[in-house]
Amino acid sequence: MIGPTPSQTVGPYFTMKLSNNNVLIGPAVEGEPIRIEGRVFDGDGAFVEDALVEIWQADAAGEYAVSAGAGTAKFTGFGRAESDPTTGTYWFETIKPGRVPDPEGELQAPHVSVIVQARGMLRPVFTRLYFSDEMEANDADLILRMVPPERRSTLLASVARVEDRKVYQFDVRLQGDEETVFFDF
Amino acid sequence: MTTDLSDHPPFRYPDYRSTIKRSPDMKMIEIIRTLTEETGPGPIVADLSSEDADLTTNAGTGAAAIGERIIVTGKVLDTYGGPLPKTLIEIWQANASGRYTHWRETEFPAPLDPNFLGAGQCLTDDEGIYRFTTIKPGPYPWGNHANAWRPSHIHLSLLGPRVRSRLVTQMYFEGDPLLALDPIFNAVPEHSRSRMVARYDHQVTVPNWALGWRWDIVLEG
Ligand SMILES: [Fe+2]
Repeated sequence: MIGPTPSQTVGPYFTMKLSNNNVLIGPAVEGEPIRIEGRVFDGDGAFVEDALVEIWQADAAGEYAVSAGAGTAKFTGFGRAESDPTTGTYWFETIKPGRVPDPEGELQAPHVSVIVQARGMLRPVFTRLYFSDEMEANDADLILRMVPPERRSTLLASVARVEDRKVYQFDVRLQGDEETVFFDF
Repeated sequence: MTTDLSDHPPFRYPDYRSTIKRSPDMKMIEIIRTLTEETGPGPIVADLSSEDADLTTNAGTGAAAIGERIIVTGKVLDTYGGPLPKTLIEIWQANASGRYTHWRETEFPAPLDPNFLGAGQCLTDDEGIYRFTTIKPGPYPWGNHANAWRPSHIHLSLLGPRVRSRLVTQMYFEGDPLLALDPIFNAVPEHSRSRMVARYDHQVTVPNWALGWRWDIVLEG
């Protein structure tokens, strides 16, 4: 084994290169279109004005787009969004992911893998977004059951409003009361 | 497999002031890996990307950027030492004067270079080798503490084959006297700091053209 290259902060200028790629849907993408939006908060409860939020998710059938034939994949499952400098809001237009099997052969609840970075963060945090209108599946989810019950709500995106599609709100709290659950794996 | 966090900086490193309010207090929760964690966006994003690996000319003005032209090359590897082919490396940096082409950069009275964007990208080949041409970035001041200066550095972003492969880091230059004074560099445990430092390599240097620097990148996952 050789040691990994250490992580460093993404800094304040990442949008010079890592710009928004936050519309994952197109005419040929199957599934229920949804919008995910939210803000990232610091330990003072102030929104982070320069956060980088990235998502990785399965398609509507619960499958990940990996390298084989990826050049023709209609849905990559990867998204990247910066927070708005004046409102702090990040957003994605995507589809509701299907259910992905766990190593025990059961189906996980629909979820989105989320990676958050910012100036002042020397390392990324890794979390998962679950959907508050999937409580039955959530209750049986292998990963959610590894989270203390009193902290599970930090991983639930709730329906903030319904436009032509459901708009789920998912805020990330880096520190303090209601700190979001972050994972190591 | 749980990642050994000790190769990385801590979330909170008070000498880098902005970490104080942006670092979690609670312990990370260890989970097993499912298909979600065993996959990652690197391969598909690389599939859809092309090279833009000469930052000295990619402003598209027809003129070259000013500064010390350099070539940076090396391998992208996994922690078993195996090459990671077809991996996208996204790059951003200051110009030769230490100035970024970013709207947030308003404080430092150093000149912009109309022929330098400071952003580009390259892909590894079948042997995991990457190579890009750029201008050696200048150091720049920042507000962290009195007379604080960042050492010359290039920002890089890689996605990799699994979620946990995600790496954003900074490449530094061997011999820079500012490294010893920089809290972002020194937040990394001493034993792994040198993994962020490129070495001058005369074999990489192209006669009458550009100086060569060598640096390997190792992704977890
Ligand atoms: Fe920088």
